[in-house]
Amino acid sequence: MAAVKPSMGASNYRLFKDRAARWGVSFGGIMVLVALLLIFFYLLYVIEPIFRGVEVNHVRSFKSPSEQVVAMGMEEQSEIGYQLTADGALVYFAMQDKPASEWQAGQELLRAQLTEQTPTAFTKTQPQNNRYAFALPGGSVQIVQPKFASRFVDGKRYTEPRFDGVNDDDILQVDPQGQDITKLAYEFDGESKLFAMQTVDERVLVNFIQAKRNFLSGAVELNSKVSDLPIVGAVDELRVTPDLRQVLVRQGNRFWVFDVTRSGAVRERQMITIDSRQYGKVTSMALLAGASSVLFGHDNGTVSQWFEVAGNDGRRYQFIRDFKVADSPVEAIVVEYFRRTFYTIAGNGEMGVFHTTSEADLYRGHPEALQAESLVIDPRANTLLMQTDNELHVFDLHNEHPEVTWSGLWQEVWYEGYPEPDYIWQSTSGSDDFEPKFSLVPISFGTIKAAAYAMLFAVPIGLAAAIYTAYFMSPGVRKVVKPTVEIMEALPTVILGFLAGLWLAPVIEHYLPGIIAVIFLVPLAIILFALIASRLPASLRTRFTDGRAALILVPVVALVGWLSFQLSPVFEQWLFDGNVRQYLTNELGITFDQRNSLVVGIAMGFAVIPTIFSIAEDAVFSVPKHLSNGSLALGATTWQTLTKVVLLTASPGIFSAVMMGLGRAVGETMIVLMATGNTPIMDWNIFEGMRTLSANIAVEMPESEVGSSHYRILFLAAFVLFVFTFAFNTVAELVRQRLRDKYSSM
Amino acid sequence: MKQWFNSGKPWIWLTAGAVSVSLIAVIGLLMLIGARGLSFFWPAEIHQMEVRGTDGTVSTVIGEVYDTETVPMERLRESGVQLENYNEDTLERWLLKIGNREYVPLDFTWVLAPQVIKDETPADLAVLERSKDGNFYGYVVDVLENGNSVVNDADVRDVLQQRIDRVVELNEQASDLQDSEIGAINYALNNLRLERRSLELQGQLTSEEEARISAEEAQLRADYQVLEQQLFELREQASRDEVVMRDMRGVELTLPMYRMLAVHFPNDMGFFAKLGHFFVQIGKFVSDDPREANTEGGVFPAIFGTVFMVLLMSVIVTPFGVIAAIYLHEYAGKNAITRLIRIAVINLAGVPSIVYGVFGLGFFVYMVGGSLDQLFYPEALPSPTFGTPGVMWAAITLAILTLPVVIVSTEEGLSRIPSTLREGSLALGATKAETLWRIIIPMASPAIMTGLILAVARAAGEVAPLMLVGVVKSAPMLPVDGNFPYFHLDRKFMHLGFHIYDVGFQSPNVEAARPLVYATSFLLVTVIVGLNLTAIGVRNHLREKYRSLEH
Repeated sequence: MAAVKPSMGASNYRLFKDRAARWGVSFGGIMVLVALLLIFFYLLYVIEPIFRGVEVNHVRSFKSPSEQVVAMGMEEQSEIGYQLTADGALVYFAMQDKPASEWQAGQELLRAQLTEQTPTAFTKTQPQNNRYAFALPGGSVQIVQPKFASRFVDGKRYTEPRFDGVNDDDILQVDPQGQDITKLAYEFDGESKLFAMQTVDERVLVNFIQAKRNFLSGAVELNSKVSDLPIVGAVDELRVTPDLRQVLVRQGNRFWVFDVTRSGAVRERQMITIDSRQYGKVTSMALLAGASSVLFGHDNGTVSQWFEVAGNDGRRYQFIRDFKVADSPVEAIVVEYFRRTFYTIAGNGEMGVFHTTSEADLYRGHPEALQAESLVIDPRANTLLMQTDNELHVFDLHNEHPEVTWSGLWQEVWYEGYPEPDYIWQSTSGSDDFEPKFSLVPISFGTIKAAAYAMLFAVPIGLAAAIYTAYFMSPGVRKVVKPTVEIMEALPTVILGFLAGLWLAPVIEHYLPGIIAVIFLVPLAIILFALIASRLPASLRTRFTDGRAALILVPVVALVGWLSFQLSPVFEQWLFDGNVRQYLTNELGITFDQRNSLVVGIAMGFAVIPTIFSIAEDAVFSVPKHLSNGSLALGATTWQTLTKVVLLTASPGIFSAVMMGLGRAVGETMIVLMATGNTPIMDWNIFEGMRTLSANIAVEMPESEVGSSHYRILFLAAFVLFVFTFAFNTVAELVRQRLRDKYSSM
Repeated sequence: MKQWFNSGKPWIWLTAGAVSVSLIAVIGLLMLIGARGLSFFWPAEIHQMEVRGTDGTVSTVIGEVYDTETVPMERLRESGVQLENYNEDTLERWLLKIGNREYVPLDFTWVLAPQVIKDETPADLAVLERSKDGNFYGYVVDVLENGNSVVNDADVRDVLQQRIDRVVELNEQASDLQDSEIGAINYALNNLRLERRSLELQGQLTSEEEARISAEEAQLRADYQVLEQQLFELREQASRDEVVMRDMRGVELTLPMYRMLAVHFPNDMGFFAKLGHFFVQIGKFVSDDPREANTEGGVFPAIFGTVFMVLLMSVIVTPFGVIAAIYLHEYAGKNAITRLIRIAVINLAGVPSIVYGVFGLGFFVYMVGGSLDQLFYPEALPSPTFGTPGVMWAAITLAILTLPVVIVSTEEGLSRIPSTLREGSLALGATKAETLWRIIIPMASPAIMTGLILAVARAAGEVAPLMLVGVVKSAPMLPVDGNFPYFHLDRKFMHLGFHIYDVGFQSPNVEAARPLVYATSFLLVTVIVGLNLTAIGVRNHLREKYRSLEH
């Protein structure tokens, strides 16, 4: 017994090791599946936020520090807010408890009375300019800008309100006749200012105050130019664009656009009567961020967007799209600092959040069942301050990616300044006002185009070569040919791309007629050669067997190819007057890029041929021999046997070869990156380039900001590629597995 | 005839033609890369041509013929070139590399064949390789030391060669000093900075610690002063000599010697001299650092980066791939999960490589790397340590990418091992794990090797994902150096494939860089084709071996 015990122990240990190995190996095997799922879900995880709606979360409420508020705002950190009152005061208040500064939410921090007189009118600039103007009795205007001071103590940031008092420059006489102003609009651009106003005697005036710097003294000189606008009666709204080039006037449903020249001359550009039956009565108006679009709120609860579109008679404002924002009249439209998102308040106090370009319906409702009176957004667009009666409410706003919607990615979008809706990919630009244009259609189209031209080249050659190698080629030759093609598959695509871009593209440009000639002459020469071979005397004919044809034809094909290239200038002289490129452009109206789809087709075809070849060859070769032998025994020729028996049996395998090839062509990056101009155009022209999903990712990913819409859309592009190739590969693999089962049962 | 068509012969020959086309394409491509890549190293003849310009003036051009082209006259006429007494439809023109970049507006010029009056190759023409501004072509006139000629009666070529050797030696010493010792001081200084910051973050920066760090810093700075002095001395010595050259305009120019790397007289070289030069140039190409924004010099850092990344990847991919293959072949039952895993393997092989790059960037670099930084390297923040693309993330990303290659190859190897061997082992009382470990894996090791070789070949040629997860056009430091801990996995690296893309498409002077791109391509293709042929060889050998076992 004593002798058995240790052996039992050892056996237990061995069994334990065996079991551990089983678990370990199974775990390792499952990890493969986990890796694939991880890729899938991680991509989804990054993409998901772009399709989220807006979240509005209530943070706190407190009593409004002042009454009769005409405007509100807050600083970037959303710690301090301010209000401007109808009697000309600027009031700063804390928006959150801050023990370090002994502040409580709603506490008044600083109150500055700007003027002793009662203002007659009030206006504000676009949010990013952050200035406000009160019209004082007697036709003068006082400008105010809420300021903040930040200091750092022990690495912590303290922001405090700042008020320097009213300077003389801040008060300007804008109506030379000294009348009280009833409506006012104001914008500034560095040092120049543009005012539009209506006075009590119903004159509508534009005053352009232009700053000129004296070169010698450096002193700034202000030149004022006043113009009357030909409008009769009281206007409802006045607006000035931040570039000081346009004045917009609304009187009921009538809308005027006036151009202001650099010298200050004012000229009527356009007058629109907004059809009240079609769009509804206009109740409010706002300029969208970037100031290219005008938004009108209507009494039927819609908001319509209008912007200038170039037409036959110059650039004209025109109706673009509308949004259903509420069931009651739209009282106010609030715009963001930089993005094309706008917020609406309806007559019943309902709030809405929308994005113009993406036509996104982000939010509609009464947050916390409140009836909003006015609201304002902070510069970073993540805090919302709402006023109701005498209460202020702070909301956290989660609105990271309003500019992206599923429809915006895949449908035509009418962007500001474009003559019509279009598919556009243009992710970055130098300007701040730029609106990124994310349409995946042009780059998906480019992917399909590149893959299609590559398949056009690769499928005939790859399949024909596979069929020949598997069915006709003598085994000795096959032993050489198969590894050669495998080497072809192993060639790095960066080398194919480099050769395509720097060697093949100039060659094709130079020898275009020769290339076209090759396509026709090589098959002709092959058939001709076959014919000659079949007419040779029997003693020679035995050397030209089908099994060796591929090797015999190598010099023939090379010679014909070389001849075509040599004759290229002759063809060019003879068919195209000595210059193909000019002929294409002038006679046929076809654009010719040096790095074009033909180059990509050939180079990528080259990369895809081995994939198609090896899978199709496998399928044809493993067709059970008794099938073809039976057919041959019944008197069919080899070619008949091939087309009627072998190919039919192997067709699922051939299908899966083409699918695998397509999957590779769709995802290929370096070749398209190097062999095309990477312009996102939509055109099937073989002599123009394209931009594919994969090349787009390679080009733009390194410079996109982490977490931005651009970054996430590039992940979406990767996800689209992933799903595409997943579908192709899975279908191909399932077909192949079924075929294998079928063969083994035969 | 009709009967011949009906027999299907023409179609058979057409399919054969497809094979021929593929063969021509592969072989032609390899030959093209080989010819262009290797001719870069062969010393080209330097031509001195007298060219009559369109306006009748005669000028001399010195340079090597870079490219030859036949153009239709039509195209030239459109661009405003008129030639008298020349009525052919086409004409030949040569692209000459005339070098001397700082003295001429463009270092390449086209010469039209009919305009050349005289074309000769004088034996005295020299090519000076320089560390800046590229090659210089011209005649050696004099060699100066401190401004005085030192040639006297000696052969000017020998004197020049000696002086260049001296300068090269001095420059090498200087760069060694800069890279190793001064580099080590900078590295140590940076570590001290991080140490101080780390102590500060933990609230343990006592005055003793502070004094210790400051003292060490002061010591390092003092060392640095000494080394810097040495460096300046070396540079001073190197700038002692100058060489006087006459260029193609006939102007005599005095060039500083410290920029010279080598001189040769290609027109005066015999075949064996050229052959020697050829191999010396190849040696320099694989061992030198790049110069002039990668358009000149060697590709050593790219070779090193590629090899290092691939080795790192092999270490990661081999165990995972082998275990997965063993699971699929030895353990997995015929069930849905196995089918799913097989589909996963096929898809991992089929997913576009750029998707791996995107995944690697988002998941490994930003998510995992960012978390690692927060946990282990808070002192370096906000500048990232692992939260930025680097060689480790590149290796892991490529490991996932090449995983299917190893799995498929290993599984094939496993399936060739006759089941009698397994059964024999089990019958003798071995457990399954023991059978695997003692019998199966050793027998499958050549197959594993094949898979690994193929994976390495794939990884060496892959560029798209690397562009996102760690490759840069110029890495100041290699991922391995003499500073503890010697392996710096967080560093960015250079890669041969990316080098081709970058130099061929992103460089300011694509024309000048083109031969270098061909040479790099040749190097990469040689490595990859070599690896693949080895893998194919191993595999075929293996098949033969087991075929004999089965019967």
